[in-house]
Amino acid sequence: MGPIGANEFLFILHGLKWTALLAIIGFIGGGVFGILIALTRVSKSPAARATAAAYIGLFQGTPLLMQLFVVYYGVALLGINVSAWLAVAIAFTLHASAFLGEIWRGSIQAVPKGQTEAANALGLHYVSRMKDVILPQALKISMPATIGFLVQLIKGTSLAAIVGFIELARAGQIISNQTYRPLLVFGIVGAIYFIICWPLSHFGTALEKRMAKAAR
Amino acid sequence: MTASDNTQSMLISLEKVEKWYGAFHALKDINLTVRKGEKIVLCGPSGSGKSTLIRCINVLETIESGQITVAGRVLDGSGKAVDAIRREVGMVFQNFNLFPHMTVLQNCALAPMRVRGMGRAEAETLARKYLERVRILDQADKYPAQLSGGQQQRVAIARALCLEPKIMLFDEPTSALDPEMVKEVLDTMISLARDGMTMICVTHEMGFARQVADRVIFMASGEIIEEAEPDVFFTSPKHERTKTFLGEILAHH
Repeated sequence: MGPIGANEFLFILHGLKWTALLAIIGFIGGGVFGILIALTRVSKSPAARATAAAYIGLFQGTPLLMQLFVVYYGVALLGINVSAWLAVAIAFTLHASAFLGEIWRGSIQAVPKGQTEAANALGLHYVSRMKDVILPQALKISMPATIGFLVQLIKGTSLAAIVGFIELARAGQIISNQTYRPLLVFGIVGAIYFIICWPLSHFGTALEKRMAKAAR
Repeated sequence: MTASDNTQSMLISLEKVEKWYGAFHALKDINLTVRKGEKIVLCGPSGSGKSTLIRCINVLETIESGQITVAGRVLDGSGKAVDAIRREVGMVFQNFNLFPHMTVLQNCALAPMRVRGMGRAEAETLARKYLERVRILDQADKYPAQLSGGQQQRVAIARALCLEPKIMLFDEPTSALDPEMVKEVLDTMISLARDGMTMICVTHEMGFARQVADRVIFMASGEIIEEAEPDVFFTSPKHERTKTFLGEILAHH
């Protein structure tokens, strides 16, 4: 058994950096495309709605691990040489956009119909109606679920190890193999995930309670 | 009055309007003209189509056949006609429908900025003017949830006035209010009426109808049953259904 010193610990923290970056990229990319998916999902055109529903169904109905594989090897098959980074970023963006799109679709539909009618009666057009009136309210409604998904996403980044990505979980595995102290190492890795995810979950629950109170 | 005077002073006209919700015939052969400055009170039992009728005027509902003309513009299904008509028509809803995430001032300034292209400062000046008009300027920086129902409805009136419409539609504006708040909203509407605003009000406030209406229209089952000046309407209604309705309504007041 080897010691766990500063070097090993730094290596794990290095992995944490990639975990955080992956989650942030997935969340931002997924957020931008997720809004488009949500808006398409509630659009007037039945064809557009069906397309968005199929997209959401595809990504919700398959494991993230498989999505990572398909994007990683699929992009290479197209003859485009991408780094593991880009492939993983694309996969997480697609994955997150489907889930956030569905969460936000529900939130948009949860905004009372009278808000759309008032906006229409005032002559506001689609962009203003969405940007000024509907989306700010939908976003607020969606906060607990959105934060819940962010926690899932952070934990899901560990799957990026499968395509050779050294993020937090993979870094822990490497150190564990070097030091033969799996319990201690994964204990530390688990604690790090917990320190990040638990406050977020807690924040989400608190928001949910506060909103339930406000709605009464 | 000559023919040209007649068409010029005509602000709203509905001709042979038919509206269906699936198999439900919501509006049947509606013919109605409203002159500039006229105040119309629309009443009738629930489900009689009175709300549907005024919602057709600013295109919150579409019609199956017939023709609607507002301020000289025929509603031909084009987006341009819809925009033009919504600029001329303000609407006040039963449930206020204020934007809860915006302050009172922001609620009022939004449409002038987005629809009329005003800058923020100009739009807020306009908003303050109409908030003053409904005597609620002191609440400008509050959020709707911090106001009473009556105050919220007066803000909603100010918000509609900020587009300086030629016509105001009121869809049961006092039905969601506690009794003690009804008066402040009716007073605001009466003062608007005195300033010459053209108004169509769906309401069961018969006192208001007596006081300001030029014509009272009674609807039932999607049809206009009776139409008369308030004095005639209340004292000598012609139709049996009108009599029954008035009996029920007035018994409560």
